Amino acid sequence: MSDEPLLKVSNLTKFYGSRLGCADVNFELYPGEVLAIVGESGSGKTTLLNTLSANLEPTSGEALYRMRDGSWRNIYELSEAERRFLTRTDWGFVHQNPADGLRMTVSAGANVGERLMAVGDRHYGCIRDTALDWLGRVEIATDRIDDQPRSFSGGMRQRLQIARNLVTGPRLVFMDEPTGGLDVSVQARLLDLLRQLVGELGLSAIVVTHDLAVARLLSHRMMVMKGGHVIEAGLTDRVLDDPREPYTQLLVSSILQV
Amino acid sequence: MNAVANYNFAYLDEQTKRMIRRAILKAVAIPGYQVPFSSREMPMPYGWGTGGVQVTASIIGPDDVLKVIDQGADDTTNAVSIRAFFAKVAQVATTTHTAEATIIQTRHRIPERKLEAGQILVYQVPIPEPLRFLEPRETETRKMHALEEYGLMHVKLYEDIARHGRIATTYAYPVKVEGRYVMDPSPTPKFDNPKMHRSEALQLFGAGREHRIYAVPPHTDVVSLDFEDHPFEIQHFEQPCALCGAEGVYLDEVILDDRGGHMYVCSDTDHCEERRDAGFVGVLGMQEAAE
Repeated sequence: MSDEPLLKVSNLTKFYGSRLGCADVNFELYPGEVLAIVGESGSGKTTLLNTLSANLEPTSGEALYRMRDGSWRNIYELSEAERRFLTRTDWGFVHQNPADGLRMTVSAGANVGERLMAVGDRHYGCIRDTALDWLGRVEIATDRIDDQPRSFSGGMRQRLQIARNLVTGPRLVFMDEPTGGLDVSVQARLLDLLRQLVGELGLSAIVVTHDLAVARLLSHRMMVMKGGHVIEAGLTDRVLDDPREPYTQLLVSSILQV
Repeated sequence: MNAVANYNFAYLDEQTKRMIRRAILKAVAIPGYQVPFSSREMPMPYGWGTGGVQVTASIIGPDDVLKVIDQGADDTTNAVSIRAFFAKVAQVATTTHTAEATIIQTRHRIPERKLEAGQILVYQVPIPEPLRFLEPRETETRKMHALEEYGLMHVKLYEDIARHGRIATTYAYPVKVEGRYVMDPSPTPKFDNPKMHRSEALQLFGAGREHRIYAVPPHTDVVSLDFEDHPFEIQHFEQPCALCGAEGVYLDEVILDDRGGHMYVCSDTDHCEERRDAGFVGVLGMQEAAE
């Protein structure tokens, strides 16, 4: 991990009209670090993630991002062209439902290759080789490259979505409940894979989840949200082993034991 | 009111023509950009060329000579009807000869004879948006055009190669105009794409149902999209036209009987007739003469 953060968020607030989405969020994210945002439904996790990933305009506050050239830019002041370029090269977004992040009617290879073509890659052979390489890395059989994601299982779709996002070598990946809707054995494999990729590529990630086990496995640090506010933040192990806030204690004690 | 009071040259009223001409001027100023316009109801169904007819009606003058083709032919229903329409509402001269025409309204072909400066080619366009089948949201495709995000167009070509081993798109083959806008050249066969490149004639595209007009001014770069290792290619035909023996032209297959008999003839009927008048004879043309 480097000494300089990748993302600096200060006083980020999002209101939907008069209704609060999330308020006064402050944190710094370092390269190679995985941050989990946990909390119950309606606590503002997804609003925060969508605001951070520039899908939503914040009501106030700023998020400074260190670009590849080392300059600091407020992501909400980028032009639309710059922002869209950033989101499809230097960032990734893994949706809970793979159908939201994939093109379901084009082949797996084209799904992985789309970002490459979007940044100007015009050599079919190279694009296909890269796609094959990435399918292998996310453990999808390479003979499925010409199949549409429609014919894939839920776990395969999610892995394909991850490959599609990582192909341009992003530095920051947003994940919204990446393991939601998958059965537990598939969840475990996906978490394994994610952990491995994040480690290998030195990615930073912001993961929204309501599943504390996912947070424990994937993240270095976590933030607990309630009613739109961050009520507790710290190292994942510290927060889960020694929760300070009453709500966090309740959350941790609610984990089902087998 | 009598009939004369209702009459206006070339069917449309003058205010409508001004509106369409403004859209055309804007389209010419920004080659390949789709200009929205307030498309009118025309006395023909959508899909028959309501866009092309409105463009033609707006630019035609009493001295113009009009040619109308449908898939290259002057004698099919669509071509005959539109030609008769303008002969009636504008009393303009009509022709089937490409060289004599000042305005050529076309459905899905570009004439084989090279177009010259001063001629205008008017295309009838069903779906003007090249990205439509990949991205159904209009708001999103407009943004993609504005920001020049055309990676998706190559996704389509990638799919072609992955599925068929080559770029299997044969018509409505996407082009990039003057290095900026990606444009749908209307469902012309890709055989005609090279003819659009640096053409001396003005090319206007009208999509009536979709309310869009776009244009390629003369001497404009029109480049077909492709991959470095799968370059753009046009169709090739193994045999010449069976009637006039022409090579290097676009051919239609004509079924001759119910026992598999067929022949390939020029899709451009005017081109074929001119060649036959000049004495060129194809394989089947010879037999016809001998009988």
